[in-house]
Amino acid sequence: MDALVNKRIAKVLKGDQNAFAEIVELYQHQLYQICYRMLGNKQEAEDIAQEAFMRAYVNIHTFDQNRKFSTWLYRIATNLCIDRIRKKKPDYHLDAEVRGTEGLNMYSKIANDDELPEEELMRMEVQERVQYEISRLPDKYRAAIVLKYIEELPLAEISEILDLPLGTVKTRIHRGREALRKQLSNL
Amino acid sequence: MNACPENVIHLMDDYLDGDISPSDERQLREHLESCSDCRKQYQALSKTIAFVQSASHIQAPSDFVQKTMARLPKERQRAGVQRWFRRHPMLAAAAIFCILMSAALFTNFNDDQQFSFTKQPNLMVEGQTVVVPEGQTVVGDLTVRNGDLRVEGELQGDVTIVNGQYMASSGVITGEIEEIDKAFEWLWHSIKNSFKDAAAIFDGDDSQTTE
Repeated sequence: MDALVNKRIAKVLKGDQNAFAEIVELYQHQLYQICYRMLGNKQEAEDIAQEAFMRAYVNIHTFDQNRKFSTWLYRIATNLCIDRIRKKKPDYHLDAEVRGTEGLNMYSKIANDDELPEEELMRMEVQERVQYEISRLPDKYRAAIVLKYIEELPLAEISEILDLPLGTVKTRIHRGREALRKQLSNL
Repeated sequence: MNACPENVIHLMDDYLDGDISPSDERQLREHLESCSDCRKQYQALSKTIAFVQSASHIQAPSDFVQKTMARLPKERQRAGVQRWFRRHPMLAAAAIFCILMSAALFTNFNDDQQFSFTKQPNLMVEGQTVVVPEGQTVVGDLTVRNGDLRVEGELQGDVTIVNGQYMASSGVITGEIEEIDKAFEWLWHSIKNSFKDAAAIFDGDDSQTTE
């Protein structure tokens, strides 16, 4: 797989844009999934995943071919996701009406984000509920949990993607796990 | 859980990370069998993990690749040229030849704005005019650039004048006279001459082989 990817990268480095399409083809689902689980929103996930591929393309000459391409690519994507999550927070205009809703402003949205009433949680489908619970995690833990349990990556790789020591990654996974357990205590 | 050894929670984490030694695992199992609080905690965490992992795999939209490619910056010009060269090597070689050839000839022509002429004995120069003086005989071909030629004596050879003119006079020229004024003609003249030279080489080869 890596040899295959490196061959494509060599072509891209020579300026062959078509070779990059094959790289996108290979990693699109994984990358989109990470972004979707991190952001919890399809439009944003698509936007950020595309942005990540775009940045990988522009900076491909900085990629060290002795390393794993997926690690490098996921790192670009998780950084973009975390940036997006952090930027989104102060963007709230609390009085502004939420688009597509009537009379629903950001006050109600924030309340929703914090915790839904129990009967509503019970009505949620499992898939919806999983995403909801992941989205409630602080972004620090969210990235580690998504990479560990959704992407099922080894700890060493997660530590490279997040550019954190192995011990820190473990701590984040443990705390994320514990936070999820508390969130799900009523399940 | 207060009564439980401090390290049980670490063992549990290690176990759930899939990163535990067999002896530690045994120790954890023994403890879980005896302590219901820790067992509950362990079961809750396992359930949490199973719950997160029940998240279905998500696929990117079907037009994802196409949309991503559309967002990339345009291919660098150089790359396109390189690819064209790779696909049409003969055309590329011919194109490069033509470009270099004409460039060389034109620059020769344009850079050579200086007055110059073939060094021959007996020639005289008056300003921009080369003169074969009366009563003198010059043997050999003569090329004059950016200047004129006046022959008052005798010239035994061909004459080529570039960007200048031959001024009719009382002298005698035994060879051909050629006047070249424009860049294109200069190019044509050079090409013609190189073919003549080539032909001379081949003729020489032929005569050698027939001997």
